[in-house]
Amino acid sequence: MSKNANTNKVRLGDKMKNMTDTNLLLTITIVVFFLMYIGAVVFQGKGFLKPQTFLNILNANAALIIVSCGLSLVMITGGIDISVGGVVALISMCCAVWLDRKGGNVFTAVLIALGIGLLFGIVQGFLVAYLDIQPFIVTLAGMFFARGMTTIVNTNPFNVENEEFGALKAARIIIPGLGSTTKKGIYVNAYIEIGVVVALLVVLVMFCLLRWTKLGRSFYAVGGNQQSALMLGINVRRTKFLSHVLCGLLAGIGGFVYFMHVGSGSPSHASGMEMNAIASSIIGGTMLTGGVGNIIGTFFGVLSLSTIQNIVSSAGLDQAWWTGITIAAMLCLFLVIQSVVMARKKKSGGKK
Amino acid sequence: MKHRLKSILCPVVVTAMLLCMAVACGTTSIEENSNTVEEEIIEKEPIVVGFSQLGAESDWRSANTQSMKSSFTGLDGYTMIFDDGQQKQANQIMAIRKFIQQEVDYIVLAPVTENGWDTVLQEAKDANIPVIIVDRRVNVEDESLFVCWIGSDFELEAQKATEWLHQYAENKKIPAQDIHIVNIQGTLGASAQIGRTKGLQDAAEKYGWDLLAEVTGDFTQTKGKEVMKSLLQEYDNINVVYCENDNEALGAIEALEEAGKKVGSNLINGEVMVISFDGINEKARSYVQEGKISCIAECNPLLGPLVRVAIDTVESGGVPNKYYYVNEEIFSANPNITSVTVDKKEYPVTIVAK
Repeated sequence: MSKNANTNKVRLGDKMKNMTDTNLLLTITIVVFFLMYIGAVVFQGKGFLKPQTFLNILNANAALIIVSCGLSLVMITGGIDISVGGVVALISMCCAVWLDRKGGNVFTAVLIALGIGLLFGIVQGFLVAYLDIQPFIVTLAGMFFARGMTTIVNTNPFNVENEEFGALKAARIIIPGLGSTTKKGIYVNAYIEIGVVVALLVVLVMFCLLRWTKLGRSFYAVGGNQQSALMLGINVRRTKFLSHVLCGLLAGIGGFVYFMHVGSGSPSHASGMEMNAIASSIIGGTMLTGGVGNIIGTFFGVLSLSTIQNIVSSAGLDQAWWTGITIAAMLCLFLVIQSVVMARKKKSGGKK
Repeated sequence: MKHRLKSILCPVVVTAMLLCMAVACGTTSIEENSNTVEEEIIEKEPIVVGFSQLGAESDWRSANTQSMKSSFTGLDGYTMIFDDGQQKQANQIMAIRKFIQQEVDYIVLAPVTENGWDTVLQEAKDANIPVIIVDRRVNVEDESLFVCWIGSDFELEAQKATEWLHQYAENKKIPAQDIHIVNIQGTLGASAQIGRTKGLQDAAEKYGWDLLAEVTGDFTQTKGKEVMKSLLQEYDNINVVYCENDNEALGAIEALEEAGKKVGSNLINGEVMVISFDGINEKARSYVQEGKISCIAECNPLLGPLVRVAIDTVESGGVPNKYYYVNEEIFSANPNITSVTVDKKEYPVTIVAK
């Protein structure tokens, strides 16, 4: 029995060597996430054991998952987009004004959201890909523009009181069999919001796109080495452009999902969201240098980020900065793991 | 191809293994948990209160948080789980959902905004967890979603302060049109700002005071000073400064003194009178004794004991008052005004000895 386990271990080690960088980092992310969640269940018990706690993490982070997917895409091609938080805020404000003040309907609000997202993607993509401006600078300008526009559209925060939208916002998908009974003996159903379904669909589509399509492969190729990609006959400019357009579109979808979750418009909405999205992508094994990354990893990256926040506040470290410090520590840990693993692999393997 | 397949499979296999582990751990800890629960029942399980505070933006807020924490210390059968919402409603909604999952016995909410709480409060009600609102109010269609509200009457505070000014002017026989007021407002949209601004506007209209300007100072000392400086450049006849909290008043006094003005209540001799709110800041309270701040209408942050009383009432099967206003004083060093009357009700002024 023990011998068997031993050979298993060796084979696992071999496999690690044979894995691509992307899969290796993905495995690390997933392992860390599960260890963390198990740790939370063992040490803090009670709440974390309930399915709804996990579903709440999904409910609260559906928008972040979608936005992070777009960001991973851009990061895989070696770029960055820090405008997404601003775009999400702008979309929530525009949709809120449209639904509440202008009497629009939900369908047109969705179109507005997608339109704004696409517009940002196209303009930024054009500037980055065809005019060769640094993506950081372009999207920094985009962020300021989006935040400024949000305040111009409306200065004060307000809630949307549109009936159609209210029904959509309150809609819940009840998951049978996962509810729990409280200590007062009341059965509470487990549920997810509509945004979660959208987020899962986005993850699925993006995963397939990156793994099985020509476009997906060219994202990796461009991020890995631009010169080689060019020599292979890949249209580098077009690929970069498309990555920004897709990121913009996903920011649009994410913006509406965010709006559906909060149901209000405010200039302070989604502040710092771009940084959370970047952090999630990095924790998920996407490298800032490009060429390495996976959407499933990003998904788990978001979950890890939110779980750690949950753990910190449940542990009684109630000051806001504790969350920031733990996230910083976690990011640091992941970056170290990433570089150590990659370095060791290069040393021991050499072969791909 | 086979090689590729392996590399895809590996993460999946590892994940599956971990999942099995998770399930195994999960089941064992269920047993452990049920054991500890039984033990605790024998020792009488403490009452757990989840408190979602909106942030930590001012002296008042910190004092409020401290009061709540010290009322539920975990020593006498009450414990508290605290969550700082960092001024974001989304964070507060998430905190309430977390409390529901942790099966707290009571939820206390200090809401950042008034609207948009229906859904999450309904969830708490469905889980049969009573919710107590403190400080700012919530605007919900179904009032049974919360047990009670405990907080301050901001408009009453303003009415007390303006009534004090009115009496002072009457005593000194200063005509109403000679009272030139500037209002350094709080953060626009906060309940405290709305109530205190309305109170002043109503009084200015009622008595015919000259309300020169209303500018926001964001409840901070630095912004209060900045605003006061520019107001002094704009108007040269200001003789009453109405600050919507203490921090702003401290800033305004700095600016006034730097500009060579004398701060005090002797308007006839050209002094500039400062009126303020809250009464938490130590320095502001000592300024009242020195006469630099002529009067402070208190805003009481010590809501913890009152929340505790409300919870005790519910525990013993009673129903607390739906809206409970905390008792708030008015401080001044002027011995001539002993009480102010608002809506035919008399409120004594606490005279602070010099």
